[in-house]
Amino acid sequence: MTTENHDHAHDGSELLSLDQVTASSPQMQPLARDPKTMETKISALFVLSTLCFVGFGVAYWQDANFWLYGALLGTGMSFVGVGLVAWGKYLMPRGPFVEERHELASTPEERNAFAAALVERGGVTIKRRKVLGTLLGASMGAVGVVSLFPLLRSLGPLPGDTLQKTDWKKGTYLVGSNGRRVHIGTMTVGGSMTVFPEGLQDTDNGQAVDQTMLIRLEPNYPESNPANFKTKTGRENWGPSGYVAYSKLCTHLGCPVGLYEQQLELLVCPCHQSMFNVREAAQPIFGPAPRPLPQLPLAVDANGFLFAADGYTEAVGPGFWERS
Amino acid sequence: MSTTTTPRTKRQAKEAAGPYGNVSRAVNELDDRLGVAKARTFLDKIFPDHWSFMLGEIALYSFVILLLTGVFLTLYFVPSQSSVRIPMDFPYAPLRGQRVSEAFYSTVNMSFNVRCGLLMRQMHHWACDIFVGSIVVHMARVYFTGAFRKPRETNWLIGSTLLILAITNGFLGYSLPDDLVSGTGLRIADSIMLSVPLVGSYLSFFVFGGNFPGTAVIPRFFVLHVLLIPGIIIGLVSAHLFLLVRQKHTQFPGKGRTEKNVVGTPMFPVFIAKTQGFLFITLGVTALLGAFAEINPIWQFGPYDAAKISYAVQPDWYMGFLDGLLRIFPPIEFASFGHTIPLEVFIPAVVFPGIVFNIAMAWPWIERKFTKDNEMHNLLDRPRDVPHRTAFGVAFFSLLAILFIASSTDVLANFFHVSLNTVLWAMRILTILVPIVTYPVTYFLCIEMQEGGRLIGKRKTANIVHRTTEGEYIAEPAAVRPGDGHHELDALPVPSFIEGIDEELEAPHEGELVEPGVRAVTR
Repeated sequence: MTTENHDHAHDGSELLSLDQVTASSPQMQPLARDPKTMETKISALFVLSTLCFVGFGVAYWQDANFWLYGALLGTGMSFVGVGLVAWGKYLMPRGPFVEERHELASTPEERNAFAAALVERGGVTIKRRKVLGTLLGASMGAVGVVSLFPLLRSLGPLPGDTLQKTDWKKGTYLVGSNGRRVHIGTMTVGGSMTVFPEGLQDTDNGQAVDQTMLIRLEPNYPESNPANFKTKTGRENWGPSGYVAYSKLCTHLGCPVGLYEQQLELLVCPCHQSMFNVREAAQPIFGPAPRPLPQLPLAVDANGFLFAADGYTEAVGPGFWERS
Repeated sequence: MSTTTTPRTKRQAKEAAGPYGNVSRAVNELDDRLGVAKARTFLDKIFPDHWSFMLGEIALYSFVILLLTGVFLTLYFVPSQSSVRIPMDFPYAPLRGQRVSEAFYSTVNMSFNVRCGLLMRQMHHWACDIFVGSIVVHMARVYFTGAFRKPRETNWLIGSTLLILAITNGFLGYSLPDDLVSGTGLRIADSIMLSVPLVGSYLSFFVFGGNFPGTAVIPRFFVLHVLLIPGIIIGLVSAHLFLLVRQKHTQFPGKGRTEKNVVGTPMFPVFIAKTQGFLFITLGVTALLGAFAEINPIWQFGPYDAAKISYAVQPDWYMGFLDGLLRIFPPIEFASFGHTIPLEVFIPAVVFPGIVFNIAMAWPWIERKFTKDNEMHNLLDRPRDVPHRTAFGVAFFSLLAILFIASSTDVLANFFHVSLNTVLWAMRILTILVPIVTYPVTYFLCIEMQEGGRLIGKRKTANIVHRTTEGEYIAEPAAVRPGDGHHELDALPVPSFIEGIDEELEAPHEGELVEPGVRAVTR
């Protein structure tokens, strides 16, 4: 510690290091103007915190309300905390004291010696035994690569084409979450419900992959099939009696597109507000979704129950590498 | 320290960095921020060489294996006691259609249906047995050579704590699969908890979340086994290694070795190469054991059912001494004043291990009471030179060994075709007799061996054997040759620069006489 180069505190007094102060230095005095009063205040805090903790014990013993536990514990801890901070700030030496920073970097000589130790002792042993080094490297590389097999490949089966497919097939009946088939008279125009392939409404796959939004619209295609709703050229017969069905999985990140805005005839994804125009083959008209929701072709049997005229013609849900 | 002039060209920058090119530049960058160059003393750290110093390394590396394989197992193990039915297409036919806990099913499933799963499971179990075993042998080395003495008592304490944690975690771990053998072990552990006076029943209910077996114990043991205790072990192992580096390794006495130095090979690159090699050897042996030595085949034991039991049920080896004492301890229950203290359980299973581990942990201070030795010790003792300590250690370990053998009284009786009662009484007598006999025997053996130990560190002098024309053989000491008694090189401080190491050492030519009677042979 150099004596000629003292820093100065803002009040003009010299900055001292801890080994330069004496008990009478102003830095060693407490900040509190009236230390006795402060001591009383802090004592009160500690007493209160003790009472809170004892209270917590009693409350636990009496199996009291959960908010009472939290209140007593939280208040008690806060009292201890405030008390300790006040003790440190007002009753301990006010300072300030100074500590010199140590030069972090080493001298050039030390650096060279370190590099020399690495190169001369380590590098040279490898350089002189290049073959051994290479062979060891090859061995380590091999074990590194093959370790990935048990670590990764054991974790699960390969996806295969499971991501491309759903359980909807030609002739699969639509059922609600209660398992009942959907009759053509179930919904009025403007209605919507979630449907599943019959028998799979309670399964993981049925709920996660096959979930489909069924919506009834005013029929719009009077020429050949007056009851149908056509969303797009080529889908003339996909919407019997105005019923259209779209995959409920958002093409953005796979959230269920659970909101049907009846007035505007939009399906809205609550996660990132993608909107799909139900009239026009669920084309995304707003938000981050890149593709329309896949549509499920529907048909009606002789008793008036809805079934799938075919499966989905493309993979449902978000995009992935193998999606074609 | 940054260079004063800014280099203009790349070449200037390279030269400014220092004489070692990219290494120098990397060192400079790191040193500006962290001051790494000051860590050269760490590269230069000297490790003394002795085979027994690797025992602790085995423990460290088997713990690494436990962490690696353990992570793999957690990906497949389901810590739940809820019931599932094993599918009818399960590869192991006897289990098909059985109702078992999810813990059991996930364990057999990972053994049969997950690629590499059985290998990882068996490696994990073997690594645990090796972990505890190497800690015990490492402690024995530290004990018999007096390495625990001042200033290393703290590390002895940390080490003993690690042993207790390793045993505890081993027990928790092999309880997880919920098979018949481990379930029986849990039942016994429950009864041991119940035997504790005053608080036993509370202890049992708090551990099991109610009456044994309940459905809480496996999820609870799982979180202790994979998170809490490994976390504490990692912390303590770090502290153990930190103290080892800080206090420097002990060494055996020998040429040039004093209390104030360390003689051996430097950390970089010699010790690193050897110790990494050792990591791979430990891995290799564990993998071979996992592949060829079946361990804990729980599909053969079947799922735990509190009403079922199997013959010859034994715990893992490190629990053996406890089980042995439980078997041979006389039935002396204390029942009075409306209370029962099952002393036949409490003494062997709680008091005895308490005494064993307390003696072990307190040993540095116990010994100091007798020796009044408060000096710093960096040179190790030969066990024979401290006969009382060695004799006590042998008696201590032989007691534990007898108790370990006693944990298979039924198997012994069956194997030797003697009555269980004979084996029982033999074990009771041996438990008392063996330590009493081994102590003095070891003591006097040590005294005897001290006589032979006068030539430590000295080379045996060569004899030249002549055959006379009559056919008689006469041995006479050979003349002292240069180099005799100097077969160990003088230890030098680690150099930072080694001049001319790139040039081949000047080796004598094949067949050239190096000194009279010694011919050079190419390596």
